[in-house]
Order: sequence, then C-alpha cells, then structure tokens
Amino acid sequence: MELLANIDWAEIGLAALDTLAMLGGSLLFTLVLGLPLGIVLFLTGPRQLLAQPLLYGALSFVVNVLRSVPFVILLIVMIPFTVLLVGTSLGVGGAIPPLVVGATPFFARLVETALREVDRGIIEASQAMGATTRQIVLGALLPEALPGLLAAMTVTAITLVSYAAMSGVIGGGGLGDLAIRFGYQRFQTDVMVVTVVLLLILVQVLQMIGDRLVVRFSRK
Amino acid sequence: MILLESLQKTYRSAQREVVALRDVSLNIAAGEIFGIIGHSGAGKSTLIRLLNRLEIPDAGRVLIDGTDVLGLDDAGLRAFRQQVGMIFQHFNLLFSKTVAENIAFPLRIAGGKTNRDIDARVAELLELVGLADQGDKYPAQLSGGQKQRVGIARALANRPRLLLCDEATSALDPQTTQSVLQLLLDINQRLGLTIVLITHEMDVIRSICDRVAVLDAGRIVESGPVTRVFLHPQHPTTRRFVQEAEHVDENSQADDFAHVPGRIVRLTFVGDATYEAALSRVIRQHVLDFSILAGRIERIKTTPCGQLTLALVGEEPAIDSALAQLAQQGVTVEALR
Repeated sequence: MELLANIDWAEIGLAALDTLAMLGGSLLFTLVLGLPLGIVLFLTGPRQLLAQPLLYGALSFVVNVLRSVPFVILLIVMIPFTVLLVGTSLGVGGAIPPLVVGATPFFARLVETALREVDRGIIEASQAMGATTRQIVLGALLPEALPGLLAAMTVTAITLVSYAAMSGVIGGGGLGDLAIRFGYQRFQTDVMVVTVVLLLILVQVLQMIGDRLVVRFSRK
Repeated sequence: MILLESLQKTYRSAQREVVALRDVSLNIAAGEIFGIIGHSGAGKSTLIRLLNRLEIPDAGRVLIDGTDVLGLDDAGLRAFRQQVGMIFQHFNLLFSKTVAENIAFPLRIAGGKTNRDIDARVAELLELVGLADQGDKYPAQLSGGQKQRVGIARALANRPRLLLCDEATSALDPQTTQSVLQLLLDINQRLGLTIVLITHEMDVIRSICDRVAVLDAGRIVESGPVTRVFLHPQHPTTRRFVQEAEHVDENSQADDFAHVPGRIVRLTFVGDATYEAALSRVIRQHVLDFSILAGRIERIKTTPCGQLTLALVGEEPAIDSALAQLAQQGVTVEALR
C-alpha cells in the first residue's frame, strides 16, 4: 500500500478548519463564562473579600461535579440540552455547548488559583486606599494575576483541543471525527497519523503562544 | 486628633483564642510622629490596623478627627480611608504597573480627576520622594528603599492628614532605613502630617518619634515623650528595648561596678544642658574626684541628650551638695549606689 494513499488533503483541510472553529468558539465562551465564575469563587472563598461560605460551597460543589464527569459521558448527557440550545448535536455547532460546559469549571478553578497567588498585601493596600471590591478586582487583582491567567488560558485551550477531538465520538466534526471515522473504523492508519500530527502541531503552537504571552506580561 | 478608647481584640479559631489587645487607650496629637514599639506578637499590627478599620475591635472606640471610625457605613469608610495613607513592611506595590501607575492608583480610586490632573500630581509626588526620573520603571527594577519611597508617594497621593506606617523600614538595611526615616520626618514637618508608626526597633523611635507607647502582650505598659521613655525606662520591656538599642547589659554592668569605690550616680542631661560645662564647675567647686563608668551622648530626634554614670569620691556632705546643685541646673540625678 502506498504511503498516505488514503489521504484526501481537501477533507483534512476542512476538518482542521472545523477543529479550529470548535476550539475558537468554545474557548471564547469558556473564557467569558469561566473568568467571572473564577472571580466569584475567589471572592466568596474562605477569608476572602466577600466570604460567603454557603455560596462558595454550592458553587464549588457544582464545579467539582462537572469536573468529575468523564468528558465522553458529558458529551452524551448533554445531547438533549445541546439540541435545545443550538438545534443540533452534530457538527461544529453541536460540539461547542458540551465543550464549554466541560471546560468552564476547569478554567474557573484555574482562575481562582491564579487569583489566590496574588499577595494578600496588595488587597490590603487597596482596601487601605478606600477601593471598592470592583476597583480591587479590576485595578489590582486581575492585572497582578495576568501572567497566571494567561497560563490558565493556555492550559484550557489545550484541554479544549483534546476535548474537541473527543467530540468526534458523537459526530462533533473536525480532526477527531476524521480520525475516528477513517483512522479507527476503516483502519486507515495513515489518516490517523496525519490527524494526530496536526493536533500535535496545534497544541505546540498554543503552548508556545501562551508561554510567550506569560513572559511578555510578567513583571516580577 | 486620634483617640483610642479601651480597645479589645481577641482572635478566635476553633482550636484556641489569642488576645491581641487588652484595654488599649491612646491619645495622639495632630502633627506629631507617634511610635508604637513592641516585639512580634505584641499586638502592634492589630493596633495600627484598627486605625483604618482593616481590623475591627471586639470593644472600644476609635475617634479620628472627631470621626467615629467604627460607626462609618461602607461608603463613609472608603471616603475616610482615602484620607488616611498607609505604608507597609513589604511595600505591597502592584508589580504589573509602573511606578507612576502605582502612585496614580489611589487617585483613580478616589476619582473625580482628569488624566492631566493625575499626571501632574504623580510628577509632584515623584519629586517629593526623590524619584523624579523613575516613573516609567516597574517596581521589580527598584531597590528596597526606592520601593518604599514609591509606597510613601502612593500613600500621600490623596493628601491625607494621617499616615500609618506598618513596620515600614523593617525590610530595609540600616542605611536605607535612615534615609526613609528622614523622608518621613521631612514630610511630617513640611506637610504637617500626623504619622503613626509601629516598629520593633528602638532606633526608629529614637530617630523620628515625638512620643512612644510600648506594647507588651496586648497592653500598653509605658508611654510618653521619647526622651523620657528612652532615658528613664520604667517597665522591664522598655528597659530591654533601650538596652538592645544601646548595646548595654544592666546586669553585667552592675557586676563591673561592684568593686568601684565611691558613690555611684547617673546624670542625665537633656537639651542645651548637654553641652554646658555644669559638671566640671560643680566638681571643682566641691573639690571632688570622679571616674566615668558608662556614658552616652546622642540625639533623640532633634534633642541632644547625654547620660553619664559616675563614681564620685570625696566628703559625703560635699557630694550631696554637688548633686543638689546639678539637680538645680536641670540635670536629672539618680543614685545607683
């Protein structure tokens, strides 16, 4: 058998674009939802600015539950909800809701951790200046935690790449879908290898961008 | 200006209770530099944080310029805090922002100023603390002393009437400590700002404070003008602080003096008396001999003062008369033996 005989480059190109679309769409929503959730987790946590043991306990529990469900199971459980939300559970659009639900709790925890890394003295100094909680968060906490937040985004983006590939199992589209339908089900090993190499390159590029951003914004 | 009444504070956790302050009352006048000295764990961090309500006491009152600090609502508290500057042992600067942005932060929090006003005020403050050309640097590029200068500029941004210093020089080397202390003294004199500082170093108290309170296990055990507390410490804790600062050990001194003949007295000169020839005149008049056993001449803030431990040898009535004459001239005489 000729090397790479089964490769349809046009299809691979489309699948790669689908993967990028799933990654971009789900990352956007994950950041938009996860950042506030992470901030609320941090602020309501023990001995923090707006300590709320009950609210923190409840949020923390939900986050833990979502994080402990294996993503493959979440993909299937989410199907009815996804159909309700975007009209289909297939393709790029159908993959984004489960990706967001899977990655948001993960990202929120990373945000909470990054905010906790900020020296408490900085919060105290801001309080002593008469800052509101909003001013402390926007003016001091988020800028100080920026390198940590960028690292958290990088890890989340990479996690989403692997989640997106997994969504091929339920017909999510993209490189993962290609790998499963051709590489696995039709034993076209070359397709499998090419998709894995492409995903590897994507992860490498994401990590490199993330690392550069972290360095760019670190002032310590 | 500041009136603290019967402040109590206990930290409770599931395992234990730690009493931080027991019935602390203080009165601090406008324009003075007031020092609070204590070992770590004495409660001084808690005490200074009660002044801007970073800590809330279990009982007692905090009155600052007639404002009942504990009675303020959230908005009132924020407005009040904008009028009280604070600097910290570890500076607590924002690493993600430049020096100029750090100083602008409290101005932006207070609001109501244009960017041009803020820039002008920041430039003025940088000049005041001697960092005129450092505005675009990041804190990580500065030395410890420079960081604290940024902290001071930031604390002064909203023109506060009161500056709180939380171990502001404890992380600095001795030389830098002195330059930061001189800056604080300069600001106090130029702006008429009241300064309350906490420290565990008697040198800080001696360099710039007008009055001092000694805190021990949550209680104020001694307080008064620095000259008095420094030259005539009463409480054992105060004595230890003074001895540490002076590098003397009272016990070994007593042993050394045991075999010295004559009457042993300690003379304390404060102010201009320090430089007068009072001692030599009196000694000559009464025909006495003396040997100096211990002594120090120094400045407490701006007041010169001296303390000499002498062994006087001569006729007993002559010694009595000589000491009475010294006391008349404003020299404090203490008989040690």
